[in-house]
Amino acid sequence: MVRFNESGPWLGEEGPDSDVVVSSRVRLARNLDGIPFVNRASDADRNEIVGMVRRTPLFATDGGSLRWIEMSDLDECDRQQLVERHLVSKQFADSSAARGVGVSEDESLSVMVNEEDHLRIQTLWTGSALTRAHEKVAAINRELESHLDFAFNPRWGFLTACPTNVGCGVRFSVMLHLPALRITDELERVRRSAKDLDLAVRGFHGEGTESTGDFFQISNQITLGISEDDLLQAFAEDVVPRLVDYERSARQLLMEKKLSTLEDRVHRAHGILGNARMLEANEAINLLSRVRLGVSLGLLESISIQEVHRLLLHVQPAHLSALKGVALEDDESTRVARANLVRGVVAGS
Amino acid sequence: MHKCDLCDKSAVLHDLVLEGSQWKPVHLCEDHAQAQGYPGSGEVTTTGKPVTEKPRTGTRKRLAACETCGLTLALFRRKGLLGCAECYRAFEPHLEPLIGRAQGGATYHCGHVPEQKEAHIDRRMSRIRLLKELNEAVSSEQYERAARIRDDLQLLEQKIEVEKD
Repeated sequence: MVRFNESGPWLGEEGPDSDVVVSSRVRLARNLDGIPFVNRASDADRNEIVGMVRRTPLFATDGGSLRWIEMSDLDECDRQQLVERHLVSKQFADSSAARGVGVSEDESLSVMVNEEDHLRIQTLWTGSALTRAHEKVAAINRELESHLDFAFNPRWGFLTACPTNVGCGVRFSVMLHLPALRITDELERVRRSAKDLDLAVRGFHGEGTESTGDFFQISNQITLGISEDDLLQAFAEDVVPRLVDYERSARQLLMEKKLSTLEDRVHRAHGILGNARMLEANEAINLLSRVRLGVSLGLLESISIQEVHRLLLHVQPAHLSALKGVALEDDESTRVARANLVRGVVAGS
Repeated sequence: MHKCDLCDKSAVLHDLVLEGSQWKPVHLCEDHAQAQGYPGSGEVTTTGKPVTEKPRTGTRKRLAACETCGLTLALFRRKGLLGCAECYRAFEPHLEPLIGRAQGGATYHCGHVPEQKEAHIDRRMSRIRLLKELNEAVSSEQYERAARIRDDLQLLEQKIEVEKD
């Protein structure tokens, strides 16, 4: 069993603009020169890739900054916990090929080996912290570049298995909490703005997932014809502040015009979480989202954002299973365990 | 029987191409299939279904493939993933429009270059590429992007000057 921290870097202490921006992530896609991409690689190729990456100083047993987790050594629960902590993708967790992930002690840095590309290097921070996350990922990339030869072509930049990721191969993304825009029915405006700016809008667990609890991941799609620094500047200084402003304006409007409705929504959610005897995962996340809004607006003081964040992680199936020894499936005993866990924090607070 | 998308002849090639995030069916007659870069001639497929890697009949001519990893153009179009770095050379005419559409018209990298590769890259080629991008940005009225490219161009020209000295 893998030991994880109580929380994660994206759900821990409060960061800049954390009333709206839950976390910031920067991810680089890289492939090793001279070896087929993962989808055409043989088992021997995949093992060679793992070996080459693990021989870099990042993974050195004496002083390396990443610990290696071999995915085939993990049971289903541990693999899914890595997904819930946003350290690996669902596709990566479900694959059966030779693969692994390097994770830093504070879990702010992870390197997936043999996902869609040979390497997916990512950093994750709480709040609006794309610049900090980018500095870290760029430093790791430089270190890896001095030991590994990445597939690169002057015209297309870094070569990736999916040709639409070429160029700098970088994805900046932020997880936004947009409950007020949902209440004021303005999410469509956000989606239109995102589309105009060539941004992708995804759900709670990234690609192919729906939004739960009004949490959305917004990320760039353009990776070619623009440098990482210019992309970062546009994203961190224009896109994110604009979306934060939309949500804050909607919250302000609700506070001024619909205070009773808002208070009812927040306290009703808090009441259910503090009394329910059975809870489904998505139901818990949706209710915690409302409580999070209430805490951000100062309508609820009996629970902190950090406690809400910890619960948002621990009510998910694999974390709940590891914590309480219940099944991964959402059966009656699982729902009872989830409600007990939440009630202990919410009613006890 | 499908007609060719571009004329009234019967289609002999049936394929799927990625437009944005949507796969779109394509039906072409022999002449237009060749004009669009599909090699070979004669009956391509009569199944009325997308071309697959293994032909259902012996009548289909082999489509383009990467000599390094063996990926066929048909399989790439089906899965959306390339097999190796050499695929970018093998399928360049097909990738150029696809990448251009996905990348807002950009078809040249202008970001970070690994240190060990930098020395091998001809800066003059980079200058030509940036000038081309600058023209495209100005003609499509993307002035912010044009300003960024102009800055990159100035930096590059300074490097070229230093190298001359």
